Amino acid sequence: MAPVPIEGVLVLAAVLFTLGFAGVLMRRNIIFILMSIEIMLNAAGLAFVVAGSKWGQPDGQVMFIFILVMAGAEVSVGLALVLRLFHRFRSLDADAAGRMKG
Amino acid sequence: MNTPFVIASVVAVVSTLMVITRTNVVHALLYLIVSLLSVSLVFFLLGAPFIAALEIIIYAGAIMVLFVFVVMMLNLGPQSKTQERMWLIPEVWTGPAVLAVILLGELVYIFASTGGITTSGKTVPAGDVGFALFGPYLLGVELASMLLLAGIVGAYHLGRRGNDDEQKEER
Repeated sequence: MAPVPIEGVLVLAAVLFTLGFAGVLMRRNIIFILMSIEIMLNAAGLAFVVAGSKWGQPDGQVMFIFILVMAGAEVSVGLALVLRLFHRFRSLDADAAGRMKG
Repeated sequence: MNTPFVIASVVAVVSTLMVITRTNVVHALLYLIVSLLSVSLVFFLLGAPFIAALEIIIYAGAIMVLFVFVVMMLNLGPQSKTQERMWLIPEVWTGPAVLAVILLGELVYIFASTGGITTSGKTVPAGDVGFALFGPYLLGVELASMLLLAGIVGAYHLGRRGNDDEQKEER
C-alpha cells in the first residue's frame, strides 16, 4: 500500500485538535468539555504516531501509550468531579462552580 | 493521495464536528466513538496496528463506557436537552469558532508549505514498542503507574458518597 503523506495526517491531527479546542471554548456542559479534551488528546497522539511512523521508530507509539494512560487517569478523576458537581449544584453548567466559596 | 486515508479522515472530521454540536449527550458519545474508530483506521494505515487496537480497546471501549456510565448515573431527562439548546446559542459559539478556524488555517498553511514527505510505509511491530517501553522508557512506565494509582485514589475519594460538606448541607 502506498505510504500515507505526512502532511495529510498532520492536517487531520490539526483539524481534530482545533475541533476539540473549539468544543472546549464553545460548550458550557461539563461533559461536553471533557469529551472535547479527549478529542484534543487523541489528536496530539495522532501527531506523535505519525512522527514515529515517519522514521519507522517505536517512540511515537510509546508516547501514544503514555497519552492513553494520562487520558484514562484524567477522565476518571474528571468524571468523578462531574458527579460531585452535579450532586452539589443539580446542574452540569461549568459556570455553576463559580458559586463555590473559597 | 491514499484513498482509504482520505475516507477515514473525512469520517473522523465529520463525526468530530457532530460531537461538538450535538445537544444530546448520548448522541455525541456515539459520534465520538465513530471518530475514534476512524482515527484507529488511520493508525492502522500508518503502520501502527498495536496502537490501532489500543485505540479501540481503551479509548472506544473503556473510556467511552466510563462516559456512558456517568451519563446513566446523572439520569438526565429531556429538560437537559432544552437547557443545552439554550446554552448553545450562536452568540456563544461564533466568536470561539471563528478564532479556532483562523488557528486551523494557520496550521494547515504551515503543513502545506513543507515539501511532499511520506511516512516510511513500513509497519512498526508491537514487539519493538514493547522493547522500547520496557527499555529506555522504563522510568516513564513507572511514572504512568503512579499516575494511574493517583487517578484511582482520586476518583474513589471524589466519587464517595457522603463527604463531610454534603452531610452538613443535608442536616
